[in-house]
Amino acid sequence: MDTLVDNRAEIWEGFRLTLWLLLTSGVLATLLGTVLGSFRVSPVPTLRWIGTSYVNVFRNTPLVIILVMSAAFWPTLGFNDVGFFGYNTFVTFAILGLGLYTAAFVCEAVRSGINSVATGQAEAARSVGMTFAQSLRLVVLPQALRAVIPPLTSIYIALAKNTSITAIVGVPEAAYVMRRLSNKFTSDVYAIFFGIAAGYVVLVLVLSVLLRLAERRLAVAR
Amino acid sequence: MRFTRTKAAVGALALGLSLAACGSDSSSTEVEVAEDPAFDEGTTMAELSDAGSIRIGVKVDQPGIGFQEPGADAPTGFDIEIARIIAAGLGIEDDGIEWIETVSDNREPFLENDTVDIVVASYSITEERRQLVGQAGPYYVTGQQLLVREDDKETITGPEDLEGSNVCSVTGSTSLDRMVDEYGSEPVPFATYSECVEQLKNESVDAVTTDGAILLGYAAEEPDELEVVGEAFSEERYGVGYSKGDTEFCQYITDTVQAAMDDGTWAEAFEATLGESGVDTPEPPQMDPCE
Amino acid sequence: MTAALFDVPGPQSRRRAAIGTIVAAVLAAALVGLVGWKLYREGEFEAELWQDLGQPNIARAVWLGLVSTLSAAAVAIVLSVIFGAVLAIARLSDHRVLRIPAAIVVEFFRAVPLLLLIVFVFFGFNNLFSDYWSLVLALMLYNGSVLAEVFRAGINAVPRGQSEAAYSVGMLKSQVMSSILLPQAVAIMLPAIISQCVVVLKDTALGVIIAYGDLVFQANLIAEFVDHTIVPLALAALIFIVINYALSRLAVWLEARFARRGRTSAGAARPTDMQLAPTAGGAGD
Repeated sequence: MDTLVDNRAEIWEGFRLTLWLLLTSGVLATLLGTVLGSFRVSPVPTLRWIGTSYVNVFRNTPLVIILVMSAAFWPTLGFNDVGFFGYNTFVTFAILGLGLYTAAFVCEAVRSGINSVATGQAEAARSVGMTFAQSLRLVVLPQALRAVIPPLTSIYIALAKNTSITAIVGVPEAAYVMRRLSNKFTSDVYAIFFGIAAGYVVLVLVLSVLLRLAERRLAVAR
Repeated sequence: MRFTRTKAAVGALALGLSLAACGSDSSSTEVEVAEDPAFDEGTTMAELSDAGSIRIGVKVDQPGIGFQEPGADAPTGFDIEIARIIAAGLGIEDDGIEWIETVSDNREPFLENDTVDIVVASYSITEERRQLVGQAGPYYVTGQQLLVREDDKETITGPEDLEGSNVCSVTGSTSLDRMVDEYGSEPVPFATYSECVEQLKNESVDAVTTDGAILLGYAAEEPDELEVVGEAFSEERYGVGYSKGDTEFCQYITDTVQAAMDDGTWAEAFEATLGESGVDTPEPPQMDPCE
Repeated sequence: MTAALFDVPGPQSRRRAAIGTIVAAVLAAALVGLVGWKLYREGEFEAELWQDLGQPNIARAVWLGLVSTLSAAAVAIVLSVIFGAVLAIARLSDHRVLRIPAAIVVEFFRAVPLLLLIVFVFFGFNNLFSDYWSLVLALMLYNGSVLAEVFRAGINAVPRGQSEAAYSVGMLKSQVMSSILLPQAVAIMLPAIISQCVVVLKDTALGVIIAYGDLVFQANLIAEFVDHTIVPLALAALIFIVINYALSRLAVWLEARFARRGRTSAGAARPTDMQLAPTAGGAGD
């Protein structure tokens, strides 16, 4: 236990990076995923095809491969020093990798959310003359939001846990801190593991609670 | 040591993967095979010598130390040379050697259950290991060092120059921890050394750190682009693993390697392998007596 | 539903859609082309690479990697199903002493990242578990907990009349569970189990952190030896995509088949926890 208390600064640094990864990748994934979700339901066949291919590729590939490729791919294109907000370039690569991967799942959640909105709503929107974009934006998506939040909760929780994988592509976040401390204090491996695990459990709980609150606030009367 | 730095750099199951046209052709030395060595009855040496074959556990994925190219019948590297020297003393030709790839975790089990006769695989000598197996040597002493780009070799001469800089090593390795704790570097953990070397070439990190021997292997592949700098700031003593308790075998191994150190074969082996990196051939280390 | 978002296109819409199609196609092709050209310039596609990749040793390494991945995944799935079933029964038990610890176990293993579990199992028991078993056990603990929730929902979804009839002929709860509820629940939950297979397959890739020689590990080695990262990894990704896509289609087909037969997995598989929705493909873990 003492080990945990003595090293709390380092543990906190690790989780701070975890939170940053979660936040930025989450935003990226949500934006990209929503766009892709609209692609999948759009009348333009090419867009539908882009959405479907994207999902099939990124959903079925292990995140490890995507992260390792991210660390190798962007430098090949010329971006090798793209840190921002004080974080180094590897954090950016990791954010991109996590964001692109998670976007595929957000896309599916958004799509099933859209599909869960009663057909009558879209028909009513069409009948007053709204375009595809308008009916999506003003009528369907707001209602879909309510149906989308439960799966999004699982997705964000999975993302929070997936940030631990960035420990093998250059990001010293909480899982890396666990390895480091286990090496230094080999007699306290159990305490260290349960301590860091507890950190993740807390993170997951907080996320669930926040999202459930959001769901209740956003609940649209049907 | 619960965790060795080399852990994640091991080639677990793949045999003989290729390196694109990068290996040197002249990476083995002429080793004189003993004509008709005589050993006492019942010793391991007599057994092996009579059989004309020996099973040696090695690494196959560490350039310069133990590395196998495709289509090649045997791996090459400094460890391989030492192993050949030991086999030669038993009168065993190269084609009598069975190279068995090992990973960090199965070196002790392989010796304990007789899958191999000896292990020459960047095997650091530690007290813990000496409880389970015998370790003769060291035949090479290395320590933590730094691999940098050629352009930086004047500015980065030691770990002190890397305060605040990105330093890469394998996730969970003690070399990385040391750089962070003692020299204030920024850690960049990856799964394998080769990924680190790639990031070094990409200029995303300023140095790669681990055992000098492993770094020399990578520097030997690209001596014009990469350089190993600085004095070693820890100590790893590579030894030859054998079945615990076989003191006569230990004595044989120690004597044979000592002879190679004395007559220049050891230095030749180094020059042909790790020496390709451009570094000077070091003095052979002092070997431990057999218990 | 999607069909209601736009009417059958008239001439103007058709034109707009056609323009949209062409513009989108051109933009997409341009993007791919740009990236591909840049990669080509950097030598990621050079002839030497393909020559090296064609070596028989590479194929053997890929095969070994694939076998390692599949064997770890298969054993892990089987163990997860068993472990999950046990946990689910415990959570449904009438005895609080079983229910509460089971609930804690399930929530704990679902909240902790799998990577940490793997590392902990491997290093925390004095090298008792080999890399293979560390990976498999960690997978079992995590996926078993996920499946426990799936089973619990599934068991609860078996029509109540079944268990009531069973009790009325005098079966004990354990008999009801094993003879009536579990078999039907497993059938209902089969699509979700298959979806979880996809998750397990992807998660075996985490074995690289303890140097387990799975397909991703071999791909990394191959990338090192041919000195190019992108193509070998992309090929490994392709293999995963093919296998996982096939599995997902299987899950969808199974679900459709069960729905036709009248066993609605839909009702059972869509509780508030969306982890269970097989067609949604899980949440990304």
